[in-house]
Amino acid sequence: MGRLFDFMLPEAKSPTADSTDALFHFINEVSLVLLIGITFALIYFAIKYRRRSEDDETPVITHNNTLEITWSVIPLLITFVIFGWGYSGWLNLKSVPDNAYEIQVSAYKWGWNAKYINGAQTLNEIHVPEGRPVKIVLQSADVLHAFFVPDYRVKHDVVPGRYTYVWFEANEVGESQVFCTEYCGTGHSDMLAKIIVHTEDDFETWLEKNGGGVSGTPVEQGKQLVQLQGCVTCHSEDGSKKIGPSFKGLWNKQENLTNGSTVIVDENYLRESILNPAAKIVEGYDNVMTPYEGRITDDEITNIIEYLKTLK
Amino acid sequence: MATAEVSNKKILKVQRFKPSDNPTNTYLTDEKGVWAWMTTVDHKKIGIMYLISVAFFFAVGGVLALLLRTELLTPAKTFIEADAYNQLFTLHGAIMVFFVLIPSIPAALGNFIMPMQLGAKDVAFPKLNLASFYIYVIGAIFTFIALAQNGLDTGWTFYTPYSTQSSSSVIWVTMGVFILGFSSILTGTNFITTIHKMRAPGITWGKLPLNVWALYATSIIQVLATPVLAITLLLLTLEKWLGFGIFDPALGGDPVLFQHFFWFYSHPAVYIMIVPGFGIISEVISTFSKKTVFGYWAIALSSLAIAFIGFLVWGHHMFTSGQSAVATTVFSFLTFLVGIPTGIKIFNWIATLYKGSIKMDTPMIYVFIFLFLFSIGGFTGIMLGALSVDIHLHDTYYVVAHFHYVMMGGTLIALLAGLHYWWPKMTGKLYNEKLAKIASVFIFVGFNVTFLPQFVMGAQGMPRRYYNYVDQFTPFHQTSTIGSYLLGVGFLIILYYLMHSLFKGAKSPANPWGSRGLEWQATSPPNLHNFDHTPVVINGPYDYHKPMEEFQLGLALDTNGQDSEAEKELSMKNVKTARITV
Repeated sequence: MGRLFDFMLPEAKSPTADSTDALFHFINEVSLVLLIGITFALIYFAIKYRRRSEDDETPVITHNNTLEITWSVIPLLITFVIFGWGYSGWLNLKSVPDNAYEIQVSAYKWGWNAKYINGAQTLNEIHVPEGRPVKIVLQSADVLHAFFVPDYRVKHDVVPGRYTYVWFEANEVGESQVFCTEYCGTGHSDMLAKIIVHTEDDFETWLEKNGGGVSGTPVEQGKQLVQLQGCVTCHSEDGSKKIGPSFKGLWNKQENLTNGSTVIVDENYLRESILNPAAKIVEGYDNVMTPYEGRITDDEITNIIEYLKTLK
Repeated sequence: MATAEVSNKKILKVQRFKPSDNPTNTYLTDEKGVWAWMTTVDHKKIGIMYLISVAFFFAVGGVLALLLRTELLTPAKTFIEADAYNQLFTLHGAIMVFFVLIPSIPAALGNFIMPMQLGAKDVAFPKLNLASFYIYVIGAIFTFIALAQNGLDTGWTFYTPYSTQSSSSVIWVTMGVFILGFSSILTGTNFITTIHKMRAPGITWGKLPLNVWALYATSIIQVLATPVLAITLLLLTLEKWLGFGIFDPALGGDPVLFQHFFWFYSHPAVYIMIVPGFGIISEVISTFSKKTVFGYWAIALSSLAIAFIGFLVWGHHMFTSGQSAVATTVFSFLTFLVGIPTGIKIFNWIATLYKGSIKMDTPMIYVFIFLFLFSIGGFTGIMLGALSVDIHLHDTYYVVAHFHYVMMGGTLIALLAGLHYWWPKMTGKLYNEKLAKIASVFIFVGFNVTFLPQFVMGAQGMPRRYYNYVDQFTPFHQTSTIGSYLLGVGFLIILYYLMHSLFKGAKSPANPWGSRGLEWQATSPPNLHNFDHTPVVINGPYDYHKPMEEFQLGLALDTNGQDSEAEKELSMKNVKTARITV
């Protein structure tokens, strides 16, 4: 249905958007009528009652109770309608259907890590089946983030220390943009992800292929882990400078620290820098990395170190 | 001139005091010199010092805004790094809110005008008034120390746990804002006392100018809400400095609690910023339509209603935060209630124009701009109060556009209206009306070109506080940036003609607008103690149907029959009696 303010919204790709969009259009249209009325009255009065002489006399009109009540009660009634409409739409956003497919999403500075029911993991990509309600369970590893998908009109803060959720039902195959909308520092505006919608069959196939998480030799596993854990968001593998030092040529290198001392990059230094990054900060970089304590196993750390050794 | 006698009326001997158009002694010619200014307890000089400080901070905040907009010309890096960008938007917000918007109208214009509108010689506590100014300066110094160290990258909202973990100079800024808060609290206390105790004979609550009503409502909010901000910032400082676990979940705290505390102040603070603007609009609209304000009590009491309900809606900043569902529902409902008194004001102002004698001088042009822009700010506020829609729009550019329409389209435009209206009063000079009108066109067009596209890109999904953005938003950002440059040009023109007026402007008569307001019945600029006499008020502040001489009364110089020559002179000066309500 073509509405006057359609140009303001992205195409809706989930039934969760319907009530939101209808209310958005309603408020815009009522506001436009009122704004035109106000503007017209201003211009009309300014012209019709323009000052003709400095001795102009004006009538004494102090108030009018009928008018006061009219322009208090009518807007009040309109806002009651808006409240009720917004409330019912919001209840729908809070009420997850029973058959929803659950995906665990963990936010960290700066990326989104998604875990699926069979152990599959993806970074900054969330694969979902078409035509089925999907519940995204959100948790944060560090600071506040917010999970926002404009196409589905859903958003929720991701709060450290508690779980929150959003749900939607993708109604066409394709991609939708995910933004982080709670300010979280240097990489806030790069904390993007894509929702990739497959047909139900394609989704099952994709899930099976990627099930079980990382595999292969320790070096191969390490290579996959630095992707999945989001290390490469800040540490390049090709020597270019990002938010943290590059992995290339890191092994056995001598680093100058901000406290004036130096350190040789060995197993223990790497292990400490993953679990407690604030302990030793390399000169020229800020203390912004999220500690991985509790989020990564000893075996995984060992595999990552094995992989880093190969990046000469 | 006398009205019907009523039993609770008191009879005073009064005479007319017509203000001279060529005053010899003014507050600017008396007590000159830097030291005299720095140690002054004159509310007018203190108001001017605030005005200069606010203008300085506005220039700083404005330049930061232009740098931000320039960086956003392209989707990736234009000329600064992400960290620098984050510092710029944080400082832009913090400076504009704490150092410009909050003190702008009450502390600068309010300080100058309010005691004069009451016919008082000064505020109730003149030394406290000076202390408030220096507390503001100390707060500002703390903020500059932060800048000289590591800056600030938390956003003006200081959300935890990011602010607890940030390596920027959060503590210096929170302590600066903490100190600044006392300036706000003391000014509020001072104003409330002044309005209660310092009114000239005859100024009943029903004859109080609406600007004073607005400042009264504002002062109540300042006194009640600011301590909560102080406590919150103190707790944040304790957490960051000494590791107290209050807001950081890693220490057993709750980050959502911080948001509750922060918005418990910062939402009422929105009304600290906008309600004084309402006062200016009422004054200007009446003067430039030579007409009684329509719905005096509706406008006066709606300010108090806003002040009260404004305390109950803070949770509408937190619909996506994870606060309880019941809280979210109640806050949404109450948010709509606070919209109603605001709507009532707009309708009453428009009704005031009906059958008026409307003169579109610069202050009135800004009132019209205000009514247009602030209406858009109000409507989009209703949009954001609606629960389901807010979920989509929260933390996008839609919100950025909304609060700029309210804070800049509302408060700042009202400040410009007030500045142009009272400029001849404060300086005794006229400004170039033609240039002022040209500047207002730049401001109006520039403002809309800057912020209208932000509504669209926000609804399309563009999040706020983004250094990089996805390509689809490029045209909106570029239009917005061009608009901000137009705004910049507008403000430069204003700076130029006001400076020109100050040094080379034509002399203003005492009452260039023909206003009935009491502040205009003193000379322009006023003398050191505002009036040479004790003003007596028998009419309402907007009674344009009554002759000007009835607004220029003061207590007759009583000689107790001792001096017959003086008595004779008095009778020649047209001594009459006035019946005032006591």
